[in-house]
Order: sequence, then structure tokens, then C-alpha cells
Amino acid sequence: MQECGLVATDIACRRGDRILFRGLSLSVRSGGIVHLAGPNGIGKSSLIRILAGLLRPYAGMVERTGGIALADERLALDGHQPLAQALAFWQRIDRAEPEQADFGLADLLDVPVRYLSTGQRKRAALARVAASGAPLWLLDEPLNGLDTYWTEQAQAAIDAHCRAGGAVVIASHQPLALEAVDEIKLLDFQV
Amino acid sequence: MIRKLWPIFTRDLALLTRGAQGRGGAVLPLLFFLAVAMLFPFAVGPDARLLARTGAGVIWVAALLAAILPLDRLVEPDVEAGLFDQWALRGISEEALLAVRVLAHWLSFGVPLMLAAPLSAGLLSLDAQQLWTVELGLLLGTPGLAAIGVTIAALTAGMRAGAALGGLLAIPMAVPLLIFGAGSLQPDGEGGLALLAACSLVALAVAPFAGGAAIRAGRE
Repeated sequence: MQECGLVATDIACRRGDRILFRGLSLSVRSGGIVHLAGPNGIGKSSLIRILAGLLRPYAGMVERTGGIALADERLALDGHQPLAQALAFWQRIDRAEPEQADFGLADLLDVPVRYLSTGQRKRAALARVAASGAPLWLLDEPLNGLDTYWTEQAQAAIDAHCRAGGAVVIASHQPLALEAVDEIKLLDFQV
Repeated sequence: MIRKLWPIFTRDLALLTRGAQGRGGAVLPLLFFLAVAMLFPFAVGPDARLLARTGAGVIWVAALLAAILPLDRLVEPDVEAGLFDQWALRGISEEALLAVRVLAHWLSFGVPLMLAAPLSAGLLSLDAQQLWTVELGLLLGTPGLAAIGVTIAALTAGMRAGAALGGLLAIPMAVPLLIFGAGSLQPDGEGGLALLAACSLVALAVAPFAGGAAIRAGRE
């Protein structure tokens, strides 16, 4: 897998008139997992978007090496298409070797995306991320809506991705059952 | 880059031509265009001379109104679904995406209008010479209408009441196209075609950059 890394220095985030947090630095490289923890509204999703380069930080800078895959609350799959076709659209753009991760979607491939349940949509998003071939995964609440079995399976897939040389940043208010996670509590940086 | 844009182009074209879940698509603006051309003779009466004199202008008004219909599903659904974010992460610029979308939009709306124009020319009793000028005008003018449509759609994506606002914004921007398009059908109006093409080119040149900036600004 291609070399990857993410270094964020002294990030501050402003939404509207409020500064959500400031002075936050983090770095992750191949094999590393960072868990962004904190209560609702603390700015986890905004930080994920800043790390992805979709949102400009109010202060600080982010350096990225390697491709990025993002899974947030927006599925980015065409609702009217069967899941197989919707996923195939991204594969035609990415043309990557899909990772051998099973999210139990085999029975759902002919179901239009808009009929998928919350947990199934989450698994579809993770499958899209895994198939992108990007080494750096940014996951916003990846375990929301997953049942106990798939919570374990999803974490196993994240773990396997890191063992293969990838890096993962997870924003989640839930505790993670992953080993060697670098946890960053956003509350510590609240203004 | 082309390799990445091709699947996006085919998806855009399929989505704009057939519509999602068989709704929308290219048929609705087309029927709307024909309906306006059909209503006009009912409104002003069957006087063939009057129809022939005003008919070309009616075709252009109908084309403009038909261009407004699909505005709300040109960009908004893909911003909402996070597709533009995903494309940005893959290093595909918004400008390239919107240029592709203008092309797909034109193919799904401009070309059908040109195919339907002979039918509406018959309803408005235009002669062959006028029909030829209308077709030429549509060929030059509808790319501009498509570009204006995509620009406005990108500007209003994510706004509440964006659909209604988009229509109101598009009308004044399309006025030059309407003037030169309809004007080219007046006696000695051929110069209008050149000005029509010029307006179209300006709209086509501006659309990807204005729309791209709007989508990036919408992320904040």
C-alpha cells in the first residue's frame, strides 16, 4: 500500500460566530489509528472535513500524503440505483484493487440504495471506502446504526486496513474496541 | 483526468436524460416546450400571418422556460448526497465537473428541443426558411442556456427555495440569448446569430468557474 500520512498542526475551527476548538494538533501515519472523541457538537465532523481538505481551518494547517477516502453522513451513492451499480460507479473512477473486506452486502447488491436501512447504508459507505484503494480513511461515526455483530466486523476491517499499512482517523462518540488507538479528546481543546 | 471524467459524464447524461426512478428526465422540458408552442395559437387566434411573424419569438420563450424546468435537479441532489465532496477528495476539480455537466445538460435538453422545433414550427406556421434559422439559432443558443442553467443551479444549491429563486435568476441572465435568438428571425436579422453565438460562448466560458466557486463556497 502506498505511503500515507496526515499531520495537522495547531488547528482552530470556527462555525458561525463560535470557535469550537483551537490549538489541536494530531498526526497519523501508516498503521496508525486516531480516535477523535467528544460529545455532540464539539466539532468532530468539522474536524474530519478540515482533515479531508473540504473545510478551511480558521487557523493552522494540514499536510496530507497519499489518497484519502471519506465516509460521513452523506452516502454519495445514487439512491435510485441498485447497490452494485452505485458502488461500481466509484470503482470506475478509482480503478483500485478493492480490499478484501466483507461488509455482508452480497445479498443487497440488487437492492436500490434508497431502500437500505441505516445500518446497511453505513456498511455500504464503509464498502465504498474500502474499495477506493485510498490508504488514509477518514470515518465520521462509522459505527452509528450498526448492530453488535457488524460493529465488531467493521472494527476488524479497520484493524486489518491498518495492519496492511493504511491509516485511519475515526470521529466517534462511542468507545472503540481497537488496540493501539491514539485517542484525542476534543473537549481538551474547547475554547 | 479524462479517464475519471468519462464515467461521471455517462452518469450525468443518463441521470439527466432518463431522470432518477423514471421521473423527471429530458421528456418533461420537451413536453413543456411543445405545450407552450401549442397554447400560443389558441391564445392569439389562427391568423397564419400573425403566427408566422410572432412564432419564432414564442419558440424562444418556450425554449427559455423549458430550460428553467430541470434547474433544481442539475446540481443540488449531488451536493446534498456528498458526491461533489467525494469527487474533490479524488482531486477532480469542480470546474471540470461542471463543464462535463453543462455538456450532459445540453445533450439532454438542447438536442431534444432542436428535434422538437420542426413540430412547434408547424404549430406556429413558420416556413422552411424560418425553421432553418430557428434550428441554427437553437444550435448556437441552447449551449448558452445550458451553461446559464448549470451556473444558477450551482449558485442556488443548498439554498432553501432554491428552485424558485433559480428560475427568477435565470430569466434575466438569459435575456440576451432571447433577444438575439428571436431577433435573428427578423428580416435581415442574420447578424443576430453571430451575437447569439457570442453570448453563448461567454456563458459557456464563465459557467464552470462561477459554478465551481459557488460549490466550494457552499462547503463553508
